[in-house]
Amino acid sequence: MNDFHFHAPETIEEAAALLVQHDGNAKLIAGGTALTTLLKQSLVQPEHLVSLHRVKGHDAITHSEGALHIGALATQRAVEKSDVVKKHAPLLAEAYRRVATVRIRNVATVGGGIAHADPAMDPPPSLLILGASVKLMSAKGERTVALSELYVDYYETTMEPDEIVTELEVPDQPAGTAWTYIKYLPRTEDDYATVSVAAIGELKDGMVADVRVGLGALGPTAIRASALEDAVRGTSPTHESLKEASQSVMDIVDPIDDPRGSAGYKRDMSAVFARRAMEQVLGVATG
Amino acid sequence: MTTTTPIKYTVKVTVNGKPYSAEVPSYRTLVDFLRYDLGLTGTKETCSIGVCGACTIMLDGAMTASCIILAVRADGADIQTIEGVANGDELHPVQEAFIANGGFQCGACTPGQIMAAKSLLEEIPHPTEPQIKEWMMGNLCRCTGYYQIIDSIKAAAETMGKR
Repeated sequence: MNDFHFHAPETIEEAAALLVQHDGNAKLIAGGTALTTLLKQSLVQPEHLVSLHRVKGHDAITHSEGALHIGALATQRAVEKSDVVKKHAPLLAEAYRRVATVRIRNVATVGGGIAHADPAMDPPPSLLILGASVKLMSAKGERTVALSELYVDYYETTMEPDEIVTELEVPDQPAGTAWTYIKYLPRTEDDYATVSVAAIGELKDGMVADVRVGLGALGPTAIRASALEDAVRGTSPTHESLKEASQSVMDIVDPIDDPRGSAGYKRDMSAVFARRAMEQVLGVATG
Repeated sequence: MTTTTPIKYTVKVTVNGKPYSAEVPSYRTLVDFLRYDLGLTGTKETCSIGVCGACTIMLDGAMTASCIILAVRADGADIQTIEGVANGDELHPVQEAFIANGGFQCGACTPGQIMAAKSLLEEIPHPTEPQIKEWMMGNLCRCTGYYQIIDSIKAAAETMGKR
């Protein structure tokens, strides 16, 4: 690890000012569970680290005006355990519960995880299909970006280097929406997924009123399977029809070979787990 | 290339109730700070990437991997390590249970196992077996195997419940 100047501002505004002052040579660090491993491998070598650990506030989890508001400095463990999250977005509580281990979730923050933009992390597929957005602030001001507009590539977002995630906003889902998060793990429980699928769905009179499918660990970013959703919406779903429709996800995924599986295997599994997730949320018996 | 002195910071912490202070390079990890700067070698480092659980400590009351926390980030923190678990010569019930139930062999993972188990029982005094497995899955052991560790935690929960 190279050495660096370490800054511990007490407000978000001071942190934003430090990012401007050390333009291009500073990295933000919150829980640090991801960034510290990158620093140790010298994959990032900033001259300045701006730590948010002394910043007060920005960690509240509240519900108002039809949406959950999660402060970016809330730990991932706090989201998993929050009664407010369990009530209004149980899928999100489950997605955060599946991240690594208690030891990591105790420290890792919501904002840090989102800005890290690792496509194999657990929350992004759920955040995409829930229509989540993030509030970003910098010395220039604030803006809101939908998760669907945030992720660009492996570890890359549309955030500017001087922007800080301050809040995650997750709109309420209609009552009666079923949800699931399937994390396929052939190795160990605390691992990154080989393939992960988040889905929500609603049946009305035997027809699919709504279905949404998010895919994780299957390409440079988490992916929303919009074409699959369109093909299934309005149909009367069966195991066979969902199996056939799910084949289309193999065209939108772009997995890589790694110790969790070959690219070909992951592509095959993307269709299998997309089907299983839809079967679960649409109440279709698996074949 | 000239070698320059690394940027250093003074880090003050409380470990197991005692104050410590040392000047360390900015890149010092907390586990290295505990072991090399403070001489508290009970905490072990194995994987160095936050996966194996050997370096588990309590940082301001939260179970944490000390290998992926910077020492400067812990400045001012209240830390508990394996050295603070026993009360003098009197072992903690979790330590007693690991001895009585064969919860370790080589011992490299044991400080982390004990810290994690103790933290579990503080949060969930009577955990079910699935709860034990879910909590402890991030503490890897390469020799004893996991059944004895689970047995040790169940035994400790029972002892602690009677007190």
